[in-house]
Amino acid sequence: MLAASGKLDRRELCRALLADRGDMLVIAGLGAPAWDITAVGDHKNNFPLWGGMGGAAMIGLGLALAQPERRVLVITGDGEMLMGIGALATIAIQKPANLSVVVQDNEHYGETGMQQTATHHGVDLVAMAEGAGIRNTMRVNTPEEVEPLRRAIHAGNGPLFAVAKIDAANLPLVLPPREGAILQARLRESVLGPEAHLA
Amino acid sequence: MSSTISRDVIEHAPDAAADWPDRIYGLLKAYAIRQVALVPDAGHARLIRRCLADNDIRVVTLTTEEEGVALMQGAWLGGQRSVLLMQSSGVGNCINMLSLSTMHRCPMPMLVTMRGDFGEFNPAQVPMGQATQAVLEAMGTLVNRADKPEDVAPSVEATLKFAFNTFRPTATLIGQRVIGAKTFGKD
Repeated sequence: MLAASGKLDRRELCRALLADRGDMLVIAGLGAPAWDITAVGDHKNNFPLWGGMGGAAMIGLGLALAQPERRVLVITGDGEMLMGIGALATIAIQKPANLSVVVQDNEHYGETGMQQTATHHGVDLVAMAEGAGIRNTMRVNTPEEVEPLRRAIHAGNGPLFAVAKIDAANLPLVLPPREGAILQARLRESVLGPEAHLA
Repeated sequence: MSSTISRDVIEHAPDAAADWPDRIYGLLKAYAIRQVALVPDAGHARLIRRCLADNDIRVVTLTTEEEGVALMQGAWLGGQRSVLLMQSSGVGNCINMLSLSTMHRCPMPMLVTMRGDFGEFNPAQVPMGQATQAVLEAMGTLVNRADKPEDVAPSVEATLKFAFNTFRPTATLIGQRVIGAKTFGKD
């Protein structure tokens, strides 16, 4: 699960976190996290984003509040999380027990030429989440710490916020469907049944 | 240099006798709205209190309005209807996030209380207030204006219907002429 850099490989991390996912719903932030969950396997319960930078965690909150019996996992990047960092406060106050946010932190804007993000310069997303009032947090740096994170995601003691430090390499693109109406409709049908289309 | 004035000059909230905030609340119930996202505005203060008192409505107070756009996307994915309440200045914070609605065909009704509009005192409110409708329309939003108290409820109902029947961003702009009664610090 480790890349040559000694850091976690982002795709292997995603594969491990999505193992035995059950009926968990997964939002992925735009760019590499969307490619990562798709590389593990495109799925009707995946909602990979093509835009809306800064909104992934809040989409997860809206979904988690609407479906409190389902696990909801947001997988996103450090740049995307930083853009919507206020969402940590909003989520902490709402306290959705079924929501987990996992930041794959490569400390770079990987889709735009590998410019450094704030986390490269020491900004601590876990500390920011804790400061917002999210009590259930995890730092994941080694393969041994991944399975405990997977179990915590399914435990339902959220909101859970985790940062996994990952290797910064750009991996081959594995693209999900690009038609947003299909992405929305297939997840809604999965959750709500065919009646979703008659709402 | 400094000057001291009454708060009435800068705060705008509906007169206690105005019933349109309660009629909006009734419409939120009639249209089965379950999540109400907001950054507070004095013009929405009474509506916000009604929503907070309702156990079937989850009020989500945001740090910035664009969070509410993303929340509406998530709520709809999970089968719940939602609305976003904000002041006109907050519309500018939503611009790029509104692409979610067009991208995914997600209903996103927004109820906007205007500043920088009719009889504004604060020059900082004017640029965004004057740009609010153009910005929303530039992002594909169907915009209804309500400039008289009796227009508010029909306009809000049209905004809810159009969003949920045709799957797109819609907005009612509640004009400052409606909201602008002095507050006397009571609402």
